[in-house]
Amino acid sequence: MGCDTSKYAAVPLAEKLRLFEQVKADERFSHGLYGCYECGVCVAVCPSARFYDFSPRWIAQALAREDADLVYKFMNEDVWDCSQCFSCDKCPRGNSPGGLITILREVAVRNGLKSAKDALEGYGRIIYKILSTGTQVAPDMLQPNAFPDWGPHVKEISENLEWWRRALPPETLHTTETSWEVSEQTLRELYLIWYASGVMEMIKEVDEGLHMILTDVMEEKLEEAGFALDATAQD
Amino acid sequence: MPIDAEGVAKSSRVFHRDPETVKSVPIREQVLELEARGEWIAQRVPEPYAEVANKLGRAKKIPLARTWHHKSCGQCGHIPGYSTSIFWLHRKLGLDYHDPRDQTSCTAWNYYASATSNPTAQAAVALRNFAAAYESGYFPLIHCATSYGHYKEVREELIGSQKLRDQVRRIMDMMKKPMVMPEEIVHYSEWVHAVRDRIAARKVLDLSNVVATVHPACHYHKLVAEDAIYDPDIYGGQRTATVTATLKALGVQVADYSTWFDCCGFGFRHILVQRDFSRSFAVQRKIEVMKDEANPDVTVTHDTGCVTTLDQSQFAARAHQRRVGIPVLSEAQLCALAMGAHPYRVCQLHWHNTDTRKLLEKMGIDHEARWREFEADVARLKRGEIQFLGWEDADV
Repeated sequence: MGCDTSKYAAVPLAEKLRLFEQVKADERFSHGLYGCYECGVCVAVCPSARFYDFSPRWIAQALAREDADLVYKFMNEDVWDCSQCFSCDKCPRGNSPGGLITILREVAVRNGLKSAKDALEGYGRIIYKILSTGTQVAPDMLQPNAFPDWGPHVKEISENLEWWRRALPPETLHTTETSWEVSEQTLRELYLIWYASGVMEMIKEVDEGLHMILTDVMEEKLEEAGFALDATAQD
Repeated sequence: MPIDAEGVAKSSRVFHRDPETVKSVPIREQVLELEARGEWIAQRVPEPYAEVANKLGRAKKIPLARTWHHKSCGQCGHIPGYSTSIFWLHRKLGLDYHDPRDQTSCTAWNYYASATSNPTAQAAVALRNFAAAYESGYFPLIHCATSYGHYKEVREELIGSQKLRDQVRRIMDMMKKPMVMPEEIVHYSEWVHAVRDRIAARKVLDLSNVVATVHPACHYHKLVAEDAIYDPDIYGGQRTATVTATLKALGVQVADYSTWFDCCGFGFRHILVQRDFSRSFAVQRKIEVMKDEANPDVTVTHDTGCVTTLDQSQFAARAHQRRVGIPVLSEAQLCALAMGAHPYRVCQLHWHNTDTRKLLEKMGIDHEARWREFEADVARLKRGEIQFLGWEDADV
């Protein structure tokens, strides 16, 4: 809870410092952190601070003090509570706690931290959808078992999906598995980006099963398009 | 009594922005400077365009026509009347546009939700879309506020890092696509803002008895904040003018509420797999506050996630007798309705959760007759008489 790091006392300091170095090495890090007036504006405007034991100020201050113990604790717990709304960009010092959290999350994913795997549990189908189809949410995701708290209207949509999509005047929206029609060539280019930028390696760190499924979908299409996979490897 | 926007403006200092006092180098000039150095092509805003003031008082060019519509996952997928209304407005105003199939999502919803990506991938996705727009001869008009905010972030990162530009160039070369950065990054609500008087001139409904609250989208006015549109005549220049200025042009009564700056509770990951947070925040910090302080007929916003969260979160809250029941629309849908668009064929209000029928009645729309027409359309589809409902059917 809060700033108690005792849960992670057994993790060697060297490991905590190794991860923190990756955070500091990110080109965006210095632009997101200029110090802290301790004014609390970031906390006052933060939606997550109202409903979780969460504070963007704690995170900015721990990073500014280079407190590797605390940064490790935040990287494992608090960062996943952030709403990524960037209300905290209101900081009078010019900090972006939300942007710093983006970096902390990326490092957690890239290193396959268990906390990242836990936070993304149940989220794999979304990653599959965006990486493989190029659109994040699709009409066919509107199923009553996925959104029970949205009431019977979701059931009505799912039962009428095929017809209601056909009743949309824009021709690109007659789809049910993607939000709009994405061309095959465009998808191949998107897959190339995932391979060439290291995203597929990140996926492998947090979800090997998902990585295998995505690889099956993408590699054949990349080869069909004449994109050599070995050429996509990062420098 | 609702506090109206005029009241707030009169009782507050008015902020006139002066670009001469701004110390930072304008982003647009940096984009053009990198073009001069051969780093990329800066796609120019085509004529005709409007010039409006951004937060720093600088003139931002808003293309009026020849726009390449960078669609939104959540709008097209779950609230398709949002995208349809944007297209419908273009058609009714006679402004040329292109609805592409070589567009992907900006993928930022996933990025902010799961961090299973990185700056190189995000910038490459952005520039692949920008290259597709450039090759079509049309200029990007971005439907989603997260795409808009994220692309502005990406633009800053690319301007600031030669290493990142080189990494992205390597990927673009593999695709045989040019490095392109638009001269301006433009959100559709800025386009609506720029043509609001044309829309108002064509309205067929009297909206003077409609009270609306406005939720400004976080990723529109908080993320790379200086590029959002401000106007000293709207809230004294202290809040973004998009949406509010449009509603006022339509003659809607805009009412104020104290938590206007709060987000909607979307949370990116939360709305998909941890909705207890999204629901609680949307109901307790937004909907109930609006209800208590302004009691609006509708709340109007300009982004995918905001419409989704504010609208869908109200259902479960009814079971707990919370003070909910405010319809949620995008300003594009409200503009379309005001201009006589069909509430179901064009605005597709049957995809929304919170009941809109009382609002439609107040606007003078016979929703029962219009729903019967839509049901007849669906029956024709089912009988195989037509394969799809086209634009030619939308206004019958």
